[in-house]
Amino acid sequence: MIDLWFVIIAFLWTGYFVLEGFDFGVGLLSPFVSANDEEHRQGLATIGPVWDGNEVWLITAVGAMFAAFPAWYSGLFSTFYLPVVLILVGLIVRGIGLEWRSKVSYPAWCDLGIVIGSALPAFLWGAVFANLLFGSAVAALVGGIFTLGLCVLHGAVFLALKTGGEVRRRARVAALAASVVVLPLAVVALSSLDSVPALVAMGALAAAAALIWRHREGWAFTATAAAIVLTSVSVFADLRGAPLPGLTLAEAASGPYTLTMLSWIGLIALPFVLVYQGWTYWVFRKRVQVAPAG
Amino acid sequence: MDALDLARWQFGVTTVYHFLFVPLTIGLGVFVAGLQTAWHRTGKEHYLRLTKFFGKLFLINFAMGVVTGIVQEFQFGMNWSEYSTFVGDVFGAPLALEALLAFFMESTFIGLWIFGWDRLPKRVHLACLWAAVIGSNLSAYFILAANAWMKHPVGYEVVDGKARMTDLWAVLTNSTALAQVPHVVASAFIVAGGFVLAVCGYWLLRTRNENRNENRNGKRSETRNDMWRGAARGALVMTAIAGVVVVGSGDMSAKLAFEQQPMKLASAEGLRHDTAGAPFSVAPGIEIPGVLSFLSTGDFGATVQGTENLQQRFEQEFGPGDYRPDQAVVFWSFRLMIVFGMATAGLSVLGLWLTRRGRPMPRWLSRLFVLALPLPLLAVTAGWLLSEVGRQPWTVAGELLTAASVSPGVGLTEVAVSLAIFTLLYGALAVAEAVLLTRHVRKGPEEPRRVAVAERREPSLMY
Repeated sequence: MIDLWFVIIAFLWTGYFVLEGFDFGVGLLSPFVSANDEEHRQGLATIGPVWDGNEVWLITAVGAMFAAFPAWYSGLFSTFYLPVVLILVGLIVRGIGLEWRSKVSYPAWCDLGIVIGSALPAFLWGAVFANLLFGSAVAALVGGIFTLGLCVLHGAVFLALKTGGEVRRRARVAALAASVVVLPLAVVALSSLDSVPALVAMGALAAAAALIWRHREGWAFTATAAAIVLTSVSVFADLRGAPLPGLTLAEAASGPYTLTMLSWIGLIALPFVLVYQGWTYWVFRKRVQVAPAG
Repeated sequence: MDALDLARWQFGVTTVYHFLFVPLTIGLGVFVAGLQTAWHRTGKEHYLRLTKFFGKLFLINFAMGVVTGIVQEFQFGMNWSEYSTFVGDVFGAPLALEALLAFFMESTFIGLWIFGWDRLPKRVHLACLWAAVIGSNLSAYFILAANAWMKHPVGYEVVDGKARMTDLWAVLTNSTALAQVPHVVASAFIVAGGFVLAVCGYWLLRTRNENRNENRNGKRSETRNDMWRGAARGALVMTAIAGVVVVGSGDMSAKLAFEQQPMKLASAEGLRHDTAGAPFSVAPGIEIPGVLSFLSTGDFGATVQGTENLQQRFEQEFGPGDYRPDQAVVFWSFRLMIVFGMATAGLSVLGLWLTRRGRPMPRWLSRLFVLALPLPLLAVTAGWLLSEVGRQPWTVAGELLTAASVSPGVGLTEVAVSLAIFTLLYGALAVAEAVLLTRHVRKGPEEPRRVAVAERREPSLMY
């Protein structure tokens, strides 16, 4: 039961990184791949209907940690106190920026919020987990830059996949540029994880670069998503022995009654969540185009 | 000042702030969904314009509720790690359920609603809004069940210094929660009602001459003034019904507090000694005999425990210490909650009476609606102060003291930095939200013809 809940929590975090990964990337890139406000909005509209739902993956992951492994939850967030404060600040200004952008007189403030609010969590989650695994500031820095770059790449590919016209063209260039930066970083960051999934993730990133070069955006997105999944799996596999230094899963876990009850409810509810979130992506499956002037 | 004090301040500031937006989200969501349903049923243009207008105000506010809510979920672990480790087995479950069952629904369907105006069939689009609104209300239930457990822990046992859940159903049907949920949710509808009334009051005053003009033409088509009167009537009905629920559930909560949280009840009344036929003190020195006993038990002669006697009993049970919450805060927040809440509910009943059978809204009443805007917000804030300051010195009544709940490894500097960051950020956002709301209220709904032109290019609620 304890292992099952560890897998569920790893699944939720992984889902969060894959989904919010491209939200962060799109948030970071939108101002830079657009030549005017129309195109800027086109970029942000690709994540508009989904980013809030994607963020709930984090809320659920954290809620599940609180319920299933209270000591892990409280230990993690009280240990990484200031990074978590900054992540929260990032999520606040990003969310406000996205929702208010079209409603304020000075959207530049919102754009700033979206960029900063996407960059902070994209960097800091990587830094927090790298620090957790390797316990050094250098590792945290490398991990943070790697996840930041990974999010930019993932978001660039998503933008190329979901837009048309000039934004699509520029997003492809951005994805290629991001690949040039991310690939060497991946060699450093992923090889230190020293696992098969991490090696495959490296391959997936190389494949993504090749695919985006050949304009295969759908497959390139699959590849970057796979790279994030494999990286996350590799990180959580490493954390399984000790989710925090000096803490085992068994010590951190809630009682069997709580875990059993939550398992049943999760088993019933999660398929519905996946179906209606999947449906959202289906409803907004078309590329976002700039409206013809008129 | 030590880390504990600052952590408490941080929790207080972020939670009170969060709860300014939550009730508006809950109540306004239902109001907008009602408007869109009315449009769907009748096809009247006015309803669509109102839906989009209030929908925009709703979304501005919704964003604030969402982002300030994220802080709440992390804060338990950050500042209150001892508490989290102790209660996680029980308290974490409703939080996980809230995310899984309520937040996913709320956030996914709100995205579909915002961007789905021209993508989804009308009926499905309307259903998306209702799903989001149901999600919001459901989240209130789960978080209040968790909160109620802190004041009246049930369905658990303590094993190895940690609370272990033994009965999830007992936690979810805690009598304290069942009284608190209708109280808080109904108060959310009052807050939203007060907000809508203030907006309608403003627009009723601005459009007050329109009816006359129309009449001079001899035609009596619906004017904008009629539209605002209709919206105000809707908000009045919502607020008045919610007022009844708030009073009823508040009465239930008082009776439960008599059994479960006697110290809070005694502090709220400033009752120092065990008293038979205890009086209700309107203000210090003005007392109505027997009423407190009646309110808390239904019997005018019943004995209500006083703070001094309770203090002695708690010392015997839990050892030395001060088990009384801050008396002034609890006493006054109780009164302010009642006065501000009742004033808003009373205003709604008065409004319904004065506008009965097609009577126009008196101008002075419209002005009063605008002026009364802060009242329900002050009432819910006072209500939370009563509820949570009154719970002190415990985080979990009888099990865990607040002083023993704080994170041992988090220093004063860290809490001070995060408190400063959140306070500054929240302050700036509050100003921005106020400016933004005011601007959109002043701008008013799009004129029908302009709606059509604008919509062809870009649905108005999108980014």
